Amino acid sequence: MSDHDHDHHGHHHHHDHEHSELSETELRVRALESILTEKGYVDPAALDLLIDLYEKKIGPRNGVRVVAKAWSDPAYRERLMKDATAAIAELDYSGRQGEHMVVVENTPEQHNMVVCTLCSCYPHPVLGLPPVWYKSAPYRSRAVSDPRGVLRDFAVTLPDITKIRVWDSTAEIRYLVLPMRPEGTEGWSEQQLAELVTRDSMIGTGLPKQPSEAA
Amino acid sequence: MDLTPQQAMRAAVAVPGVPRDEDGPVFREPWEARAFAMALALHEAGVFTWKEWAETLGEQIKRAQAEGDPDTGETYYRHWLATLEALVAAKGVTTSDVLHRYRDAWDHAADRTPHGAPIELRAEDFGK
Repeated sequence: MSDHDHDHHGHHHHHDHEHSELSETELRVRALESILTEKGYVDPAALDLLIDLYEKKIGPRNGVRVVAKAWSDPAYRERLMKDATAAIAELDYSGRQGEHMVVVENTPEQHNMVVCTLCSCYPHPVLGLPPVWYKSAPYRSRAVSDPRGVLRDFAVTLPDITKIRVWDSTAEIRYLVLPMRPEGTEGWSEQQLAELVTRDSMIGTGLPKQPSEAA
Repeated sequence: MDLTPQQAMRAAVAVPGVPRDEDGPVFREPWEARAFAMALALHEAGVFTWKEWAETLGEQIKRAQAEGDPDTGETYYRHWLATLEALVAAKGVTTSDVLHRYRDAWDHAADRTPHGAPIELRAEDFGK
């Protein structure tokens, strides 16, 4: 039995993305950065350094709200699984145009993990900026060839019966993992549940916090 | 040339409307953080004061609202970007012609770059 199902999704890159595209906004931002760099006003390395500081807080908050709501509201969970783009938009996070969101749900039988093997496609509107490791070549290649090993590096051990499925993001389809609601949280409010949702648990390289770890 | 979180925090406090939490500014997308950091770099280089910046940004937002911008906060950094473009031209750092030329060059660069490869600007991207 295959530990993951990658090829099925990987082909999107080749058929649908012969070339790159930048949004109008991104074009303008890059134009400014090139000019300011040439003129010596901006040092791209200094920009990267500052932006890295914000990557953790930039946006998983939106994803956290989506997951906590799905855990506490079965009707919302159903809408989210059926049409994630629309269900996420309900919470007022307008994604970038053309990005289609798909939510993949963890179960005792299947653990989901998200990667972009070719670059760093990432569900920005719900998770903010990608962590540095997400963009790194080792993660991008090993997530596919050895997902269980990658999870071990993240200190995640899954039962042997849990199959791991790896989802390869594309410029058009972005995946968000819906982790399993931790046990012992019966009767918790959406706000309390939100405390348990971590960024990595929504990428699939981590698990939600346990109730005992909640702040 | 380093940009520090302390500078970022001061900027987030000095400029009205910057989405932030107790630690500093928060962003929804990577380009927003880049646009923020570029304004910070220009400020640190003495190109403008935060007071000047806030005034230009305020005018930009007022104009957009008059044209029907819903002002939900979603568009804040679009106004921020427009302010950057306006101020670098006003301060003689560059001109709107050059901005357009670079924008088109990036478009060209993206077009010839296979998906997944880093997009880089080359001389050939600048058309005649």
